[in-house]
Formats: sequence, C-alpha cells, structure tokens
Amino acid sequence: MSAPNLKIENLHVSIEDKEIVKGFNLEINGGEIHAIMGPNGTGKSTLASAIMGHPKYEITEGSVILDGQNILEMEVDERARAGLYLAMQYPSEISGVTNADFLRTAINARRGEGNEIPLMKFIKQLDKKMDLLDIDQEFAQRYLNEGFSGGEKKRNEILQLMMLEPKIAILDEIDSGLDIDALKVVAKGVNEMRSPEFGCLIITHYQRLLQYITPDKVHVMMQGRIVKSGGPELAQRLEEEGYDGLKAELGIVDEAEEQEV
Amino acid sequence: MSTEVTGVQYDSDYIKSFSKDRHEPEWFTDLRLKGLQWVEELPMPKPEKTRIIGWNFTEFEHQPSAKSFSSLEDLPAKIKQLVGQGDQSGNVLIQHNGAPAFRSLTKELEDKGVIFTDLATALKDHGDLIRKYYFTDAVKADENRLTALHAALVNSGTFLYVPKNVAVNVPIQTIYWQENPNAGFINHVIVVAEQGSSVTYVENYLSTEESGAPVANVITEVFVGDNAKVQFGSVDNFSENMTSYFNRRGRVENNGKLEWALGQMNEGNTISENLTDLIGEASAADIKAVSVGRGDQKQNFVNFIRHFGKHSESAMLIHGVQKDSANSIFNGKTKIEHGASKSDGEQTQRVLMLSDQARGDANPILLIEEDDVVAGHAASVGRVDPIQLFYLMSRGITKEDAQRLVIHGFLAPVVNQLPIEEVRAQLTEVIEGKVQ
Repeated sequence: MSAPNLKIENLHVSIEDKEIVKGFNLEINGGEIHAIMGPNGTGKSTLASAIMGHPKYEITEGSVILDGQNILEMEVDERARAGLYLAMQYPSEISGVTNADFLRTAINARRGEGNEIPLMKFIKQLDKKMDLLDIDQEFAQRYLNEGFSGGEKKRNEILQLMMLEPKIAILDEIDSGLDIDALKVVAKGVNEMRSPEFGCLIITHYQRLLQYITPDKVHVMMQGRIVKSGGPELAQRLEEEGYDGLKAELGIVDEAEEQEV
Repeated sequence: MSTEVTGVQYDSDYIKSFSKDRHEPEWFTDLRLKGLQWVEELPMPKPEKTRIIGWNFTEFEHQPSAKSFSSLEDLPAKIKQLVGQGDQSGNVLIQHNGAPAFRSLTKELEDKGVIFTDLATALKDHGDLIRKYYFTDAVKADENRLTALHAALVNSGTFLYVPKNVAVNVPIQTIYWQENPNAGFINHVIVVAEQGSSVTYVENYLSTEESGAPVANVITEVFVGDNAKVQFGSVDNFSENMTSYFNRRGRVENNGKLEWALGQMNEGNTISENLTDLIGEASAADIKAVSVGRGDQKQNFVNFIRHFGKHSESAMLIHGVQKDSANSIFNGKTKIEHGASKSDGEQTQRVLMLSDQARGDANPILLIEEDDVVAGHAASVGRVDPIQLFYLMSRGITKEDAQRLVIHGFLAPVVNQLPIEEVRAQLTEVIEGKVQ
C-alpha cells in the first residue's frame, strides 16, 4: 500500500455568499500528523466540513486532491470510500439505528457487495477497539449518538475512525468539552492509528490535545487561510503568548465582521 | 363502484341460515339480525379529513372457500415463515379466508385453563364467555354502519382467554391469511386477561391475492383485568386492492397494563381506529404504531386514549412514513376525564415525508377535564434531515442506504417491540420492500 497524499490548493469556501475560507493551501502525506490552530471564527471547522462535502458550504474556487483524484467532484459517500474521514464536532443523532448496525453498514459500503465483513470478525474488531477506547460493551447496541454525552460522542467518532481505517482523517475539535481522562483516551486512539498509510489533520483551539498527540507540523489559521506554519514548538508558543502576539507579529487586524462559524 | 350503499347484498334469511349452519347460539343470531337492521339506519364512520366515499366496505363474497392444514409443514413458505420457532412456538392459530386452517395450543396452557380458538368454536364451547365480551363494554355494534355490518356478517374471529393469575410466558400467535379476490373478511378478535394474568398476543394479517376488491372489517376487543398485563402486537399487511376497516379497543382495570405495538403496513385504503379506555386506578396504556403509506393509498389513523382512573398513565408514539402520492391523516387524542386526577398522558406523532406529492397530517388533540394531571404532546411532519444524511454518507454509506437507515430507525420502536422474532423479521422485510 502506498502512502496517501492529500493536497488542498487555493481553497475558497462560502456559506450563504459570505466567504469564510480564503485561499487555503496544505499538503498532508501518509505518516504525518498536522495540526491547525487558530482563534474562533477563522474558518477551521468550515474548512473541515467543506472538504467532506457538507451541504451547507459552497466551494467557489480551488481543489482538493486525494491520491491524484479530485474529491470535490465526488459525492460525500464517494469521498469517504476514497479514504477520507471527518470526525465531526457535532455528530448527528440517529434514532433507531444501533452503533453496531451503522458501523457494519459503513464498513460493508467500503468493502462492496459480495465482500461483506464476516459478523464474527466484525464483533471481534469492534470489541478490541472499544476496549482500547475504554468504551462499555453496551455502547454497540445503543442508538447512534442518541442521548450520548459530549465525551461519548467524541469517543464514538474515534471508534468509527479506528474501525473504518481511512487514509486521511480530519478531526474537527475532537478535544472540545473533554475532561483530561477522555482527552487521553481520544489521543490514545489517534496515536494507535499512526502509520505510513495514515495521515491526519487535527483542528483544535487549544494546545492541550497536542501534549498527547505530537504533531509533525503546526499551522495557524486566521481569516480563512494559513498565516504561519512550524513544528510542535509553534503550538507551545501559542499556548504561552496567545494568538495576539502572533497577530501583532504578522500585522493582522481583526475584521469586525468575523464571526463564529 | 357504488358511492352510497344503503344495504348489503345479504338479507335476514341468508343470515339466519348462515348462523344456523354454524350452530350459533340464539343471542348471537339475534345480534346478527339487529346488526343487519342497523346497517340500514346508521351512518358510515366519519374519519376526519379523509373522504371514504366510494371505498368498498360492503360488496363482497361472504363465504369464500377455505383450506385447512393438518401440519404446519404443509403451509406455503410465505405463511410458514411467520410462525414462531423454538421457545416462541407451540401456540398458533392460522385462519385461511376467515376459516380455521390450523391450530395448536400447548397442553400446559390448556391445563391452566387458557382458551385459544377461533370464534365459531368458541361460540360453541364457551358461549357464555363470548356473550360477556362480544360487543358489550368495548365496542358497540350500533356505533356506525361498519360495526353494524360486522355484527350482521362476522365470519371469522379469534378468542383468547387467560384465567386469573395465569402468566403465559410464550407468545400466542394468530395468522390471518386472505387469498380470495372478492372475500369479505369480517373478523372479530377478543382477548381477555383476567385479574393478575399476563399474556403476549401477536397477529399477522396478510393477503396473497392481488386482484379483485376484497374487504376487511376487523374489530378487536381487549380486556385487561386488575393487575393483568397484555402485550398486543400486530403486523397488518393486506394488499393494495383490499379496503380495510380496523377498529381496536382496549379496556384496562386497576393496575392493569396494555401495550400495543402495531405495524400498520396495509397497501390498500385503510381506516384504523385504536381506542384504549383506562378505567381502573393506576391503569396504564402504551401504544406504539408505525406505518408506511405509498402509491396513491389513503389512510386514516386515530389513536385515542381515555383516562378515567386516577393515577392512570398513557404513552403514545406514532411514526408514519409517506411516499409517492400517499395520503395519511394521523389523529392522536388523549382525553383525561373528570375525576382522573394524578393522571399522565403523553403523545408523540411524527411523519416523515419522502415525496412532494405525498400528504401527511399529524393532529394532536389533548382534552383535559381534570386539574391535577400531566399531559403533553409533540407532533411534526418533516423530511429526512440532510445533516443526518451527510453524517451517514461521510462514513461511506450511499445516499440510498443512508436514507434507508434513517427510515428503519424511525420505524424501529414497533419493530423492536414485537415479541416473535419471525414476525419482527417479517415486518423488517415488509418495510424494506416498501421504502426501497
């Protein structure tokens, strides 16, 4: 298996005619973990949702190429089957559909008809991953995200990540609302995924998660584009100085119309 | 097709002779004759917002030929696969075109005094019991033209009786199999759970004849005694050509509990009325019903719970999916009568629309005549949430499969509650066929 490659070039994303992402560039290779940090409302989550194909966002310019294929021409499910994964900040609740049924349907959608995963194999894999993530067995039979606590939802996003084994994963604020124990569990799951066949983009507001998942690259996003890139030490600096120091250094002035997205 | 039918094609001489052939007791024959008279006098039921003019409820063949089977093995696969297996087996009644075709009841239940048989046999062997429950406290024969017609021409039925303090731990199952293009299926079901008893009853209605214009007129009366519990499950799955009137009633005494789980999957025009009276103190009812409307089918569902007893509790959950140009009206009524203090009635009705041409109305009605009560309702009509679809598709699931998952999930409350695995599988399969 060759190492995956995701190339985002000059991406522009609008929501209801307001441009949020304004010329975003990034390349992620298998084996790399990138982190995007930035203040609220700078387009981080918009970027993540738009790449996955969220119906609310419109891509007006640019390209997203996964292993040579332009995924922007694909339907959402095709993007996923091509190897893309998005751990969502606000996962949907689907009543009446158990976690296990949902996961098996998703796995089989990737494997294709006639190549469905044997039930026992599925159960064994699921048990193993749930163990690793400290998830109770009854979790599998609960309805998808219904009545889940914030922490349970995030763990479920990581459980799905581990079961689906995508080539490239985007984790959108997977750390928000987590206590330190849950944060460690989530980090354990992501670290478990590290391999030359897996690339990851972590979107976070705080440096905290990056203490447990060491990124290869850290990028700061402001006003819809990357304004500075560096190594793990950049995250450390932001933790100490906040975003204001960087803004001053780069001469960035807050736009009044910036808003939380 | 006639638009206003003033009578039926069967007269009193026919009814007398039909009743005599079946050796029915005199009171029963008399009720038939009264029914015939009421057919002339009474109006049709008036389901709100659904026009039933032109629906055929009255023209049919009253005595279609029927088969019987000496062994379950001889049944066609489509019927056999519905029968409970393993520890859910042993107690089943199969009726073909309204006549008993196969019956089994375990010796253990028989020894405990459980009666489970077709209506004609029950009239012969347990006439007094039938008289106590048939068209007395639950449904009245003179409510409307269809109840009257039912009384006059009932030709099928089931009687299930569970004596005091008997707990039946295996499901009791009836399968009504219609296979005639013009049959009138006038079916009366009576379930009685005496004080302190408990039972789970599951029925399947299906027709394998796609042509003609058959008619179903089904009345069900469920009596739940003090401290008794009845779980009543049904999958109604009549074909497109069949016009159906379903009238299900329950009466629950002190501390009794009645749980309905109804998969209302008829393909043809249907009026369904489900009414539960919570008579006793701390009596409880739970109704879960799901339906899928498709084609140009018209359906009207009334779910009605009346609280008479203090501390009585009810919960109603109605989920309907509407496709194509189907038209369904869902009326959920919760009434708390004066004196039923400390009662709690909750209802939820949700309609999922899959087509612009379909129509689905959910009308919640709360009628409260007592101060110290809790009652609530929620009703909504909407489409599949695009954000839910996005979430499922982002895991690689195709749009069609994602939609299917959401719909199955939406209808799951009833599927999951059906106690017989085979019936659950059948309902899942029926839903699958309808929503694909």
